[in-house]
Formats: sequence, structure tokens, C-alpha cells
Amino acid sequence: MKKSGILSKIFIGLVFLFLYAPIAVLIVFSFNASKSRTVWAGFTLDWYVELFSDSAVMEAFGTTILVSVLAAIIATVLGTVTAVGLNQMGKRSRNFLLGVNNIPVMNSEIITGVSLMLLFLTIGNVLRTRLGFGTLLLSHITFDTPYVILSVMPKLRQMDKNMFEAAQDLGATKIQSFFKVVLPQIRSGVVNGMLIAFTLSLDDFVISYFTSGTDVQTLSMLIYSMTRKRISPKINALSTILFVAVLALLVIVNVRQFRQEKAQAKKEAALDPDIPDIEPEEI
Amino acid sequence: MSKELIRLRNCVMAFDGEVVLNNINLYINDHEFLTLLGPSGCGKTTTLRILGGFETPTSGDVLFDGVRINDVPPHKRHINTVFQKYALFTHMNVYDNIAFGLRIKKVPEDEIKKRVSEVLSLVNLPGYEKRMATALSGGQQQRIAIARAIVNNPRVLLLDEPLGALDLKLRKDMQVELKRIHEQVGITFIYVTHDQEEALTMSDTIVVMNGGVIQQIGSPVDIYNEPKNAFVADFIGESNIIDGVMERDLVVTFAKHTFDCLDSGFGENAPVDVVVRPEDIKLVAPDKGQLTGIVRSVTFKGVHYEMVIESDGYDWLVHSTLCEPVGTLVGMYLIPDDIHIMKKGG
Repeated sequence: MKKSGILSKIFIGLVFLFLYAPIAVLIVFSFNASKSRTVWAGFTLDWYVELFSDSAVMEAFGTTILVSVLAAIIATVLGTVTAVGLNQMGKRSRNFLLGVNNIPVMNSEIITGVSLMLLFLTIGNVLRTRLGFGTLLLSHITFDTPYVILSVMPKLRQMDKNMFEAAQDLGATKIQSFFKVVLPQIRSGVVNGMLIAFTLSLDDFVISYFTSGTDVQTLSMLIYSMTRKRISPKINALSTILFVAVLALLVIVNVRQFRQEKAQAKKEAALDPDIPDIEPEEI
Repeated sequence: MSKELIRLRNCVMAFDGEVVLNNINLYINDHEFLTLLGPSGCGKTTTLRILGGFETPTSGDVLFDGVRINDVPPHKRHINTVFQKYALFTHMNVYDNIAFGLRIKKVPEDEIKKRVSEVLSLVNLPGYEKRMATALSGGQQQRIAIARAIVNNPRVLLLDEPLGALDLKLRKDMQVELKRIHEQVGITFIYVTHDQEEALTMSDTIVVMNGGVIQQIGSPVDIYNEPKNAFVADFIGESNIIDGVMERDLVVTFAKHTFDCLDSGFGENAPVDVVVRPEDIKLVAPDKGQLTGIVRSVTFKGVHYEMVIESDGYDWLVHSTLCEPVGTLVGMYLIPDDIHIMKKGG
């Protein structure tokens, strides 16, 4: 191993500076007493207070939470059920469908957003409906679900495939077997999937922008529209809150995953080699 | 007298057009210890899964106590399974694992408690209720899997290569243990294995399978001493299988020598497979044997030596407690009882 020299340390430092300086400035200036974006005039919480008394902000906040919670829950149910179904399929159709599942994950958000909007408008023409909270929720469910599948799938693959049969063998119906045995086995993947879905919904801008119509807006959309009118330090405060919320959720997800991996490794080490052999997952 | 409990009638199983079970006919008696024996891919596990209700045969009938159960789902059968890798519920402790089936059947909790502790004594793990399933050794998990199945008082216990993952010593212990449990609880055991020695040790009846077809059904002694065809002879223990010609009843020619034998009914000048067990060949002085050969290799196997003796282009496998050094010319002697004649391609 080569010892890292002073140059590489400086390089790393610069990378982090470029990545995080804007956010740091944003957070610092959310506490700035003056409206200036350049001069520090002392500490204040005024912008936060103003934020919470702004009805448009509070309304957008309510919309964001509602759509994120609903979308996360529905996507978790859909994604889990889909993963269970995929897991029972033959290898070829499973891999094909998992590939299809990855397309929305990789696809550019703007394409997803525009295509969903066009779809909703076309259907809306027929059904006489308009873009609004309903279409916003549907689009969030659409982009959340693939992530839930990706999070649940490895847990299902790790599970001894005889466990589901064992439960039935002992007298449980398929439904009972799912709730008593399969779900507890994959619970950590399901919870992680739900947290990821919630985080994604919470800070989504592009797709929401195209699918929510004119009556409904989320926090990210509100921030965007605020920058187009007069720029108030309220934006800093609102962005800070959103950033901290997302950061906190990501930390929770990662800590959970880290702990589970440790527990899994411990479990495998404690047991004899006669543990269900897990097929290496191809990427 | 034991009575018939399960019957498979003309069972065929095909996956995507590939036939894995071809016209299986089999009956299993109540209280019997029956083993399905064969190499991997022979259809033994599929047969077990049909009995457990996890597969439905493509055609044919599965009868249980005279009733057709082809379409009865696993949870409604009086059959429990011990899975190959145990499939213990790792999110539960031992007690909850064993109580699982009883709780589904809504058995009162104090009775469950009694039965769990009884069955834990039966498998020699009393007091293990509170342990997590993941904190047990392979052998202990195995016992818990058995306990979890038999606590439900099934009519039949299916065991799918349950000892496959254990080391040799533990496997031997568990063979004895399983036999004891079978005698103690008196339910029918249907056991799947590819280990011929395990099958011979434990079974009342052995069903030898290959390529989705039953090759032979019989007691361990029958199967070992009177293999019906070359496959069975080769699979159960080691064998020398030589081409021969049945001259007439009781006379067979192979290895350029004519022998008396005990078989008849093949017709005259019929080509046959001749099977000779390695331990049945007696080594004698070269002039005393019917065949002579040169020792090509000797391996010490503990109880006996395993020798390869080349005679006229054929390598004979011979087991003997006496060791002849490599390169020696020896005689081999066979009595009629040692020669087993089988129909070609049987």
C-alpha cells in the first residue's frame, strides 16, 4: 500500500470543499440576521419563524409529507408483493423483469416526469380528470416502487427457500405462511425500502413538477418558485430543513443496513457451514 | 400386520416437457421405514415433494388411506417434512419453532408447552426451548427440525436427505437416533438419500430409483444380495459387472471360462450381465483358481484391502483381508452362489 501524500490529502479536501461548501453556506446564511447573501449580520431564527407562519410553505409542507407517506406505504406493499412474485419465477424471466425494473431507476427523471405527465393528460382527456394530488401520488408510487423491489429482493434470495414450504407443511395456509414466516424474514429489507421510498418522495422535484398540475405543490417546487420571484433567506431556511430531514433519513437507512450486515455475518459465523448457500447475486 | 397407507399409481411428473418421474407405482405400509435411494436427479426428491403436496403429478394418482389426495394442499395433509437444510424459522426461538404447527391448529398454550417439552426430550435436547434457532449447531438444528415435524403427530414423516450436511461421525449417531425415534413414535418414515450405506442401515424397505424409474423395491438384504439389474448392483455396494453368455440353465460363460451358477430361465446362448461382489472373490494360488490375474494396485481400507486384479484385459475389483503385493500372479475362485446373472439392459 502506498502512503497517501500531502497532495492527495489536499485533493480530497478540495473535493469535499466543492461538494459541501454550497450547502454549508446555505445553512449558515439561513441564520443570518440581514437579508444580504454576502454579509454576515448576526445570528437569528427569524427566517425559520417566518417560514412556519407562511401559509403557502405550510401547505406545501403538508402536501409533501402526505404524498411521501402515502407513496412510501403503497410502494412498499406493491414492491414487496412484486418481489415475492419475482422470486418464485424462473431465473430467466426473473432476470428479465429485474432488468425492466431497473430502467426507471436509471432513466433520467425528466423523461419519467414528462412521460408520466403525457400519460396522465391523455387519460385525463378521456376520464375528464386533471393533474393534481392524485396524479402526483401516482407518479411518486411509480418511481418509489422499483427501489422497494431492489431493497426486498436480496432478503428474499437469502432466505432458505424451503422456509415458506415448511410453514405450509406445518399447517399454515399460503397467506398465513407469508405473514408468519416470510414477512418477518424479509422485514429489514421491507423497512429499508420504505425509508428509501419516503426519502426519494420527500425531496423529489422534477417528476413532481410535471405531474402535480397548477393547484398542488411540494416543498421542492415551492423552493423553486421562490427563487424565481424575490429571493428571500426563507429559501435558505426551508432548504436547510429539507436537507437535514433527508440527511437524517439516509443516515438511518445506512446505519440499519450496516447493522444488518454485521448481524448477518455474525449469524453465519456462529452457525456450521450447513447454512443455506446463497447464490452470488449477479450485478 | 401392517396395512397399506400410501399408494402412488402410474405417477408421471414432467417439468417443461422433461420427464423426471416415469410411471411410478409404489405402495407404502403404515409404520414402515421406507427409503428412496438413488443418485442425484433420479426423481427421489420429486417423489417426496409429491407426497408432501408441494408438487402435483402430471398424471397418475396419489392415494392416502385409499383417498385420492393429488390436489390436497400441503397444509391439509397429515404429513410433515424434515427439509434438507432444516428450514428452521430463524426469527424464532426453539419453542416457537416447534409450537408453530400446534398454534396454527389452535391447540391450547398449556398443552403446547407440555408437548414441546416432551418432543424435546424425545430428540435429546430437553430444556432448549429458549435458545434461538440460529444459536444451534448443525446436529441440534437437525433434531429441532425433526421435533418441529413430529410434535404434530403426523401419520407420515418425510425426510429429505436430512443428514447430508452433517459430518461422518454425527451422521452415524443420527442414523441410530432416527431409527430409535422411528421405533418410539411408530409413524411411517419416508426417507430420501443418495447414501446407500445409510439406506441399508435404517430401512425396512428400499426403493432404488434411477432416471425417474423405480429399479427395484425390496428389503435391504434382498437389494444387496439379489440386485435385479446392473444399475442396482453397481449402486448398492461395489460390483464387478461383466458381459456373459448364458449357455443354458445353470451354466454361464464369462471371462473365457464356464461357471456353474444358480440362475435359470434366460434361454440358451442369451447375452447377460454377470455381477460379482468384490468381497465374494476368493484369492487362491494361481493353479487353484478358475481365473488368474496380476495385482495392479492395492489400497488399504481399514477392514479390508481393495485390490485391482487384471485378468485377460478386465480389471476385477477384489476385497480381501489378505494383501497380495502389486505384480503378483494370483488365482481367483468363485462358487455358484457368488455369481449373479442379470438380464441385459434390465
